Amino acid sequence: MRAARVERVTSLKQQELLANTVTHILLIVLGLAALAPFWWMISTSFKTEFEAFQIPPTWLPLEPTLEAYGDLFLDQPFGIFLYNSVKIAVLSVGGQLITSSLAAFAFARLDFPGKNVLFIIVLSTMMVPYAVTVIPLYIVMHRVGWVNTHLPLIVPAMLSSAYGTFLLRQFMFSLPVELEDAARIDGCNSFGIYRRIALPLMKPALATLGVFSFMASWNNFFGPFIFLDRKYLFTVQLGVALVQRQWYTSWPRLMAGSVVVTLPVLLVFLLLQRYFVRGISLTGIKG
Amino acid sequence: MAQSQALTRLVAKTKESNIRWHRYEGYLFIAPLIIGIVAFIFLPIAASLYMSFHTWDMVSPPELVGLKNYARLVSRDRLFWKVLGNTFRYAGWIIVPSVTFPLILAALLDRPIRLRYLYRLAFFLPLVTSVVAVGLMFRWLYDGEFGLINYVLSWVRIDGPNWLSDVFWAMPAVAMVTVWQGLGYNMVLYLAGLQGIPDHLYEAATIDGAGPLSRFFKITIPLLTPTMFFILVMSVIGTFQTFGLIYVMTQGGPINSTNVYIYYLWQMAFGSSKMGYASAMAWILAMVIFTITMIQVRLAKLWVHY
Repeated sequence: MRAARVERVTSLKQQELLANTVTHILLIVLGLAALAPFWWMISTSFKTEFEAFQIPPTWLPLEPTLEAYGDLFLDQPFGIFLYNSVKIAVLSVGGQLITSSLAAFAFARLDFPGKNVLFIIVLSTMMVPYAVTVIPLYIVMHRVGWVNTHLPLIVPAMLSSAYGTFLLRQFMFSLPVELEDAARIDGCNSFGIYRRIALPLMKPALATLGVFSFMASWNNFFGPFIFLDRKYLFTVQLGVALVQRQWYTSWPRLMAGSVVVTLPVLLVFLLLQRYFVRGISLTGIKG
Repeated sequence: MAQSQALTRLVAKTKESNIRWHRYEGYLFIAPLIIGIVAFIFLPIAASLYMSFHTWDMVSPPELVGLKNYARLVSRDRLFWKVLGNTFRYAGWIIVPSVTFPLILAALLDRPIRLRYLYRLAFFLPLVTSVVAVGLMFRWLYDGEFGLINYVLSWVRIDGPNWLSDVFWAMPAVAMVTVWQGLGYNMVLYLAGLQGIPDHLYEAATIDGAGPLSRFFKITIPLLTPTMFFILVMSVIGTFQTFGLIYVMTQGGPINSTNVYIYYLWQMAFGSSKMGYASAMAWILAMVIFTITMIQVRLAKLWVHY
């Protein structure tokens, strides 16, 4: 009886061990498949032009060199591109956090006529394809002289984030109202409650929204592509695409460019990834 | 008790006096958002509809042509139909792998195993990388002569095609990049879905003698159908909005075999300055997306368990 039990326990343990081993093997294979392109990108970026075209290809650069990075920055004003991208991202994210948190606070906590209808209208804008709005937006921006400025990339992002409003409102509902009631009794007005109570409590959700909108802004290609055609206004994404359009294809240089555009967003992601995962599962929507 | 009642009354009273004064103050809070949405979404939508009934090259004044743009698109523009077909082909290549691979990943990662955190990280990296970097990376990987993919295929004696310049292979090649990029995102959706399945269902099934595989197919899969449905809808809508990847990888070629909807729309609007024509395309796109979503919602009733 006892022997049988022990046997069963060990067989269960063996089963578990087997299952874990199989899981690890599968995950390692799939994980390597997911990461191999990055390895190839990084490895190529440190190769010489000559080595990049070697057959069979080398997994590690034989003579690692920073030549491609040097050429990239000498050839194109990548410092300016980086500055432009950072500027656009910081302003869009900052503005979006303010606008959406104000609106989310009102939709979650204040009462005003037409509130629900307005909220549904705001939400419905998430379903509008960008293609429908981009042409007239371009024409309007053209009329007001905003084409070839950074404004079409900043101002709409600052002011029209239905996604941010939705995310923050959902989060507001999970916060206790008592603190706000207490503040109201003590004579605090609505703006004070927003500023002193709601905003500090919303920090985790603001971080989530911040990560998403930073990535959306940094990785945006279509917007800058449509609205900018002067080189000194380019974002990094346009800059790298520009290197691609040169008369000959230098793979080390293009891969160096890809590394440069990926690093900042990777850093933000690694630092704030727990907010990132929560954002996807909270709303099911990527920025 | 009395104290708390007094407190409630006080709260109510303060709220009431606030209501009189501040009934409309909510508008101040939402004003920036509403102004932004009206200016940058609703006005453009209206303008776009208006323009779709005109021809306009942005130089001479717009000319009213009624439904001509739509009629020409549907009846005379061969490329329009090709592009629409390409977009569906693109979606066709994407759907099955984007629904299944992330499910496998999520099922593997749902168990408490070591290094789970590290594995998850690996599948997120493609998601946070921009389409420009991803597109360039894969152009290089797919390179016919020096690309890593054909090199790896040569190990098993397969002579890989020149992927991106092959009329047949270019589309599946681009589609696989999209699948690769979406792995992490869809995996998180599945993980969230898996968290929602109560443990007692599995316990009951185990007691009734169900093995791991039949538990997976009879409990996990049916209960994840809402997530699958969501991924399906989002993937199809996503294919209708792809631009950057196509621009970087193939420019719509070879011979328009990867020219998809938004790419063609962009060519019309900004390459040929046919703003009215492109607006009509945008409206057809909106209707197509709406219709597909509706069809999927209808079909969902047959296979999604809520």
